[in-house]
Amino acid sequence: MKVRISAALALLLVISACSAGSTASVGAGPDTLAVGFTAEPANFDFTRTDGTAIPQALLYNVYEGLVKLDADGEIVPLLAESWTVSDDRRTYDFRLQPGVRFSNGAPFTADDVKFSIDRVKTDWSISIKSKMDVVDHVEVVDPLHARVVLTKPSNGWLFDMTGRVGAMFSPTGVADLANTPVGTGPYQVASRTRGDSIVLRANPDYWGRAPAYKTVVLKYIKDPTALNNALLSNGIDVIAQISAPDSIPQFENDTRFTVLQGTTNGEVVLSFNGAKPPFDDIRVRRALTLAVDRRALLDTAWAGRGTLIGSMVPPTDPWYEDLSGRYPHDPDEARRLLAEAGYSDLSFTLSVANLPYATAAAQVVASDLADIGVRVTIEPLDFPAVWLKQVFTDHDFDASIVQHVEARDLTTFGKPSYYWGYDNPKVRDLIASADAGTPEQEVADMRAAARTIADDAAADWLFVYPNVVVAKTKVTGLAANQVSESFDLTGLG
Amino acid sequence: MVVAIVRRVAILVISVLVASIVVFAFMAVLPGDPAQVALGVNATPELLAKTRQDFGLDRPLVEQYLSWMGGVLHGDFGRSYVTGEAIGPQLLDRLGVTLWLVGAGMLVALVLAVPFGALAAVWHRRSGGTAISGLSQLGVAVPAFLAGILLVQVFAVQLRWLPSGGWTPPNQDTGEFLRGLILPALSLGLVQGAVLTRYVRSAVLDTLGQDYLRTARSKGLRPYPALMRHGLRNAAVPVVTVLGLQLATLLIGAVVVERVFVLPGLGSMLLDSVSARDLLSVQGIVLVLVVAVLVVNFVVDLLYAVIDPRLRAAR
Repeated sequence: MKVRISAALALLLVISACSAGSTASVGAGPDTLAVGFTAEPANFDFTRTDGTAIPQALLYNVYEGLVKLDADGEIVPLLAESWTVSDDRRTYDFRLQPGVRFSNGAPFTADDVKFSIDRVKTDWSISIKSKMDVVDHVEVVDPLHARVVLTKPSNGWLFDMTGRVGAMFSPTGVADLANTPVGTGPYQVASRTRGDSIVLRANPDYWGRAPAYKTVVLKYIKDPTALNNALLSNGIDVIAQISAPDSIPQFENDTRFTVLQGTTNGEVVLSFNGAKPPFDDIRVRRALTLAVDRRALLDTAWAGRGTLIGSMVPPTDPWYEDLSGRYPHDPDEARRLLAEAGYSDLSFTLSVANLPYATAAAQVVASDLADIGVRVTIEPLDFPAVWLKQVFTDHDFDASIVQHVEARDLTTFGKPSYYWGYDNPKVRDLIASADAGTPEQEVADMRAAARTIADDAAADWLFVYPNVVVAKTKVTGLAANQVSESFDLTGLG
Repeated sequence: MVVAIVRRVAILVISVLVASIVVFAFMAVLPGDPAQVALGVNATPELLAKTRQDFGLDRPLVEQYLSWMGGVLHGDFGRSYVTGEAIGPQLLDRLGVTLWLVGAGMLVALVLAVPFGALAAVWHRRSGGTAISGLSQLGVAVPAFLAGILLVQVFAVQLRWLPSGGWTPPNQDTGEFLRGLILPALSLGLVQGAVLTRYVRSAVLDTLGQDYLRTARSKGLRPYPALMRHGLRNAAVPVVTVLGLQLATLLIGAVVVERVFVLPGLGSMLLDSVSARDLLSVQGIVLVLVVAVLVVNFVVDLLYAVIDPRLRAAR
């Protein structure tokens, strides 16, 4: 083998000498940035293909909406300079940025606003198109003034406009969305190599601040170790989100890299099937919640990175408050509650997504519950295929662990048909009045709803998944939090 | 000869048909709903039903199979559930990457195995031969993905001589293409080379003891020229057999190595498609792999006749 290695080495030297001068890095030039992701977009058409990968690449970078969500979770102007809301909270008047053009040269006007919003109802096929159901009609008041009239007041609608469904399209640019996206954003798609990368180039006619990097290569690397190696070996400049927490210290201890840790919208939830015994008994749910030591779980399952929450609200939402102390770790009280409920000999199956965070968390949950005499069988389910079918759709489960990545998904506790099997009319009313009220009312009502589901132990919110970004030290302007649907390249440099 | 070839082709066709049924049946029993995976968590039951219908999943299995196979016979592998694009051209793209990888891996294996195997045979009573045998034994025990991870650690992460992964098409930048191909080819090739070395050694050893080689030596040829002129061709028959089997192993090994080195080949496409329940893509890929293996075996069978004229008559 020694002979063979030296022979291989010789061969290697010869070949690397042949191409001396070119380095291994795609991010070699100062104008180029290479960012590594795990999930690759199947195509560029998020109107017909669901999933987070397409908006992650395109939203705010290639496509823009009237409004956007900044890294702190605030709704800020984008293609709308400003907007006003009528007193009955049903009419939104948007004043548009002048001088905006699509990457194909077409000017952006109120007609495109009407076209884009109407098009969600008529041409989009993915299920989140229902987010625009509340729109009654769109009026073009003048080229720089669009008026959107809703069928009922909805704060959630404006928030949704910061996401995919709010993206602005041109009637001249929707012929081949899957391959040729046409937006108003600072970047255009230059090329893609399926299974490998997408190259974005700065749009020379962008209406706003020119982006810091002329070329951004989005590299797609599914394997977490391979992704880390790409950064360590100079193949990329940034890892958008680390998915193996044990690998973070190697970057923290290396002066070549900066490590940013923030939060996401991803609540990792231990859910109970509240529609069936024993989980329809609040005492059982409370007992199970009291029995789990979430701090220790976070340390074991995700290297202590992440945030404890206690309800379905990530720290970046306006109605966030720290409810993580609502059910402190108390095995004695848990045993007492279980005995009181008549379930002193309880056993159930924990059907978890077969993803690292979920299986790791499941081990800790099982061991904590064994302490109070509850026997747990862990059943890993192939995610997404089997988990979606068995747990999410068929509700054929006792308890589960999965990460809920959607923004502001506290509202799922207002849907009795959701797989939580949770139905509390008070929560439904609070969520409805939050959507209809003033922003102040919205915060107050959502906060009350979050408290109520926590009191009801509707689920056990284990932790919020952390967003850990690693970059070469030369890369500046990266956001620590990942709260919008976009990996926003506009703040860089 | 012609009859033999026709018979082999018939066997090939039947094997492919059987394989296609097995592949289809496996995908049909796999749990999970492709429509649900494609639509995500917000899907309404109506939309789910409509999507299943669009995918043709509401039809009887036999009908699904026949329509799929009918398309494949016309070169139409269907459209991906996930991307909505035609699968055939993608398969071709991905197959190109995998073939480069397998070809380069095979080249590494051959470059190592033929000289070292022959040396090990010639030196079989000396310490050099024993050393080669011992080291090849070690190589056989190392899985390709482990070799890949080690190579990346040393040459990409520590020394930073070569990229840790990624793919540059050869027509875009030949230098980058070659640099990117080295480590994956070595991970596949070193291990296969170790296996092959052992076969070359025993084949050459066998030849060394044959009468015709003794005759060649006795008419005055020196040992190496004798082996070159009379031995290697004879030693090649068993080696080609193993080579054929190894090509199949390499194709499978490529699935894992592609993941380690982030190469957009058939293997990584297969893993992605399975997890997305993109059934048509999975069926297409597996079918292509099965056909590739069967074709390799077919070619190996034909090669025997080319290498060894005695076998031509026998067929």
